[in-house]
Amino acid sequence: MGEQLPSVPGRAQLHSDTLNRPVQTLRVKMVLLGSSGVGKSSLALRFVKNEFRSTSPTIGCAYLTRVVHLSNVSLRFEIWDTAGQEKFHSVTPLYYRGAHAVLLVYDISKRKTFVRAQLWLRELEKHYIPGSTVIWLVGNKEDLAQNRQVSVQEGERLASDRGLFFMETSALSGDQISELLLAVAHRVYECLGTQQGGLSEWEEYPFIDLHHRDTSNPFSSCCKVGP
Amino acid sequence: MERDNHQEGEADGVKICGPTSDGNPPGKSCQRSPYLDQVTRPEAEKTENFECQNSVSGQQSTRGPEDATHDNDQSDSGEFVVTMLAKAKLEEQGIGVEGRSSPLLEAGTLESPALASHRDEDVTADSWRQHRKHVFVLSEAGKPIYSRYGSEEALSSTMGVMMALVSFVQSGDNIIRSVYSEEHTVVFLQKGPLVLVCVSSSRQSERQLRGELLYVYYQIISMLTQASISRIFEHKKNYDLRRLLAGSEKILDGLLNLVDSDPSFLLAAVHCLPLASSLRDSLSQILQKAITPNLVFSILIAKNQLLTIVQEKTVIEDTRLEPADVHLLLNLIGASSAFQAGEIWTPICLPLFNPDCYFYAYISYLDPPECTVCLLLLSTDKEAFYAVAECKRKIEEAMVAQNSLNLIAKVQPYSVSQVGVSDLRHFMYKPFDVPDNFRQLTQFTSPEMEAPYSNEEEKMRLLDLYRYMHSRIHSTSRPLKLIYHVAERETLLAWVTSKFELYTCFSPLVTKACAINAITKLLRWIKKEEDRLFIRYPPKYSTTPNPSKTSRGGKSDQQDSTDNGFLSLL
Ligand SMILES: Nc1nc2c(ncn2[C@@H]2O[C@H](COP(=O)(O)OP(=O)(O)OP(=O)(O)O)[C@@H](O)[C@H]2O)c(=O)[nH]1
Ligand SMILES: [Mg+2]
Repeated sequence: MGEQLPSVPGRAQLHSDTLNRPVQTLRVKMVLLGSSGVGKSSLALRFVKNEFRSTSPTIGCAYLTRVVHLSNVSLRFEIWDTAGQEKFHSVTPLYYRGAHAVLLVYDISKRKTFVRAQLWLRELEKHYIPGSTVIWLVGNKEDLAQNRQVSVQEGERLASDRGLFFMETSALSGDQISELLLAVAHRVYECLGTQQGGLSEWEEYPFIDLHHRDTSNPFSSCCKVGP
Repeated sequence: MERDNHQEGEADGVKICGPTSDGNPPGKSCQRSPYLDQVTRPEAEKTENFECQNSVSGQQSTRGPEDATHDNDQSDSGEFVVTMLAKAKLEEQGIGVEGRSSPLLEAGTLESPALASHRDEDVTADSWRQHRKHVFVLSEAGKPIYSRYGSEEALSSTMGVMMALVSFVQSGDNIIRSVYSEEHTVVFLQKGPLVLVCVSSSRQSERQLRGELLYVYYQIISMLTQASISRIFEHKKNYDLRRLLAGSEKILDGLLNLVDSDPSFLLAAVHCLPLASSLRDSLSQILQKAITPNLVFSILIAKNQLLTIVQEKTVIEDTRLEPADVHLLLNLIGASSAFQAGEIWTPICLPLFNPDCYFYAYISYLDPPECTVCLLLLSTDKEAFYAVAECKRKIEEAMVAQNSLNLIAKVQPYSVSQVGVSDLRHFMYKPFDVPDNFRQLTQFTSPEMEAPYSNEEEKMRLLDLYRYMHSRIHSTSRPLKLIYHVAERETLLAWVTSKFELYTCFSPLVTKACAINAITKLLRWIKKEEDRLFIRYPPKYSTTPNPSKTSRGGKSDQQDSTDNGFLSLL
């Protein structure tokens, strides 16, 4: 898995195996959404380290990075692995706002998670601006085909009805993982890379700028502290 | 069939049913009932003590188990309890069978097998009854929310009974506080719409057990906030809070294990890792320099203990970080291995600081892949992730430059032998009332537990002895300043003064004079080492340009907007 996707957590590095090292690195915000236990963190761990480990339910949101090299550009995926637990739903919009790519994950062996994915989709559609976000419907745990409760056709149908991309994966076996990430990378770059204001370039420390943009927002501070 | 029966029971939380339809003769169920029959048994022996406290008086009930025999008053409520509990056993039988495949598990909220460990316990089994300490959380409507052992579903009728008990006593303007039997103490705690119950055979005082229930309550608050819990239950009295707590059982389980095994909770004080003060100062300075607006606490943790904590100035001027809030944070970090997967950004409430608001916690390990050194940055601004992550980068850089990680890796808990007092096996020392130095964060120090307390069982035995000493010292009816207690395998001495609280454990043959002499030496040693053993002057920084505009107690204007997502998915 991940042949041409060397794992680069944190920082861009030089790769001797990449002959034409791309000059430009663009930032891509990718968010994983879906019910608790569908395998979002497992997918994220595959994307970043190509590992499969036992996981605990995510608290809030985990932030991971991974650089994907395309032929003429590098994409620095900033992956927001959200918590599926209901108690975190109130804060999830905080994480998916401004996402370039959303992976809407369900578990093919649990119909409930497929239903839940559709609720997430409705929620997403309230917020997103068409053309600014690439959404993938991801049926994970494809290795559990013997317990399948959601057919491939159903997934495909939902995706085509709502203009989403679709793929089935297995974080356990690693099946279709690097394919998914590459496909997302290509698609995001195609849709947003060349577009004005689509993807911003990644500089070493672009943080200060980002922060100040939001401080004037009356909602930017939840818990006010002081005397 | 059982399922129907069960759902009926759940429909109105406090329903008390007769024998269930699974065909077990009532008599047999009585024999096999859970702990409850042990609560009722003393009735026959006329030793039962059922305490009611008039809520109007507001007076704290302080009777400990040892007083139980003095009170033979058999109040009406007591009889009621007995009847209710006796009835409860009958239904438990039927539901318990179902507990093996609880609907909760089927519903897929607990997919991970690791999470289900205690949840699928057979609640009718002896082993279930024999757990040292059960903890249940239920809603005022009698809906099960959490059970430490066994699934809440399987126990819903027990919880219903507990709730019936609580409401019955409440209806008479009394608040039920505890029920004693020879072997068990049942302690109730009502906080807002939640009722917490502890059934313990640990011999701890009622006050200690109630303190532990309070930690459980606070941990729930830390995830949901008090305001949102009240709002939810105002909105819908029989709301199933498990929806919101699904997946958090592990955090509560972890908390209860810590409560049992870590004296920090008993002492309500924080245990920091002993560190050369020069190293601690340099770490504090690193944290102090990496700041951003709205950052309020920067905390560095190694091996689950505090290395240093740096605070926003204005935050700390009128308040201080309570040890309980630190304990909850440490538990949260410990309970989730997922934290090792990257950087975490999560809302979290510090219940003692402000039970109604969220902080945003940034959590990241600084030494992957070992993941023993953890950085925790708390901001009041939910949008501040990138700014706070930038602080981490600065901290990381400075720590590399100063080789801090290698130095931290070498830090060890200390051995009691360093004190140089023979016969002294272990101690816990909690200073207080020392102006300024410690006021900002209550701490205690304690050496590693070494032989003969190196295995889990012996450790627990020592902790139990400490808990016993603690309950004697803090007994409100007969508080003591100094206790010399000769136990079977050791001798303990506890001493509380206006300056400190001290618990010491000696080998059994020590004389009183020797022990007192040893304590003098110990205190001298602590004084000498105090810079290393404690965070002496918690450093401060200033990030809030205009603190007068913010208010700690004020209701957050954010509350409603953050709730939209949640409500829309209901
Ligand atoms: N069989 C199988 N199991 C998987 C797969 N992916 C994940 N799992 C398992 O599913 C469980 C949940 O996985 P997580 O990755 O923690 O799920 P999550 O979506 O991150 O859950 P939350 O963080 O609570 O939202 C774990 O026990 C994983 O081992 C998969 O592709 N196949
Ligand atoms: Mg996860």
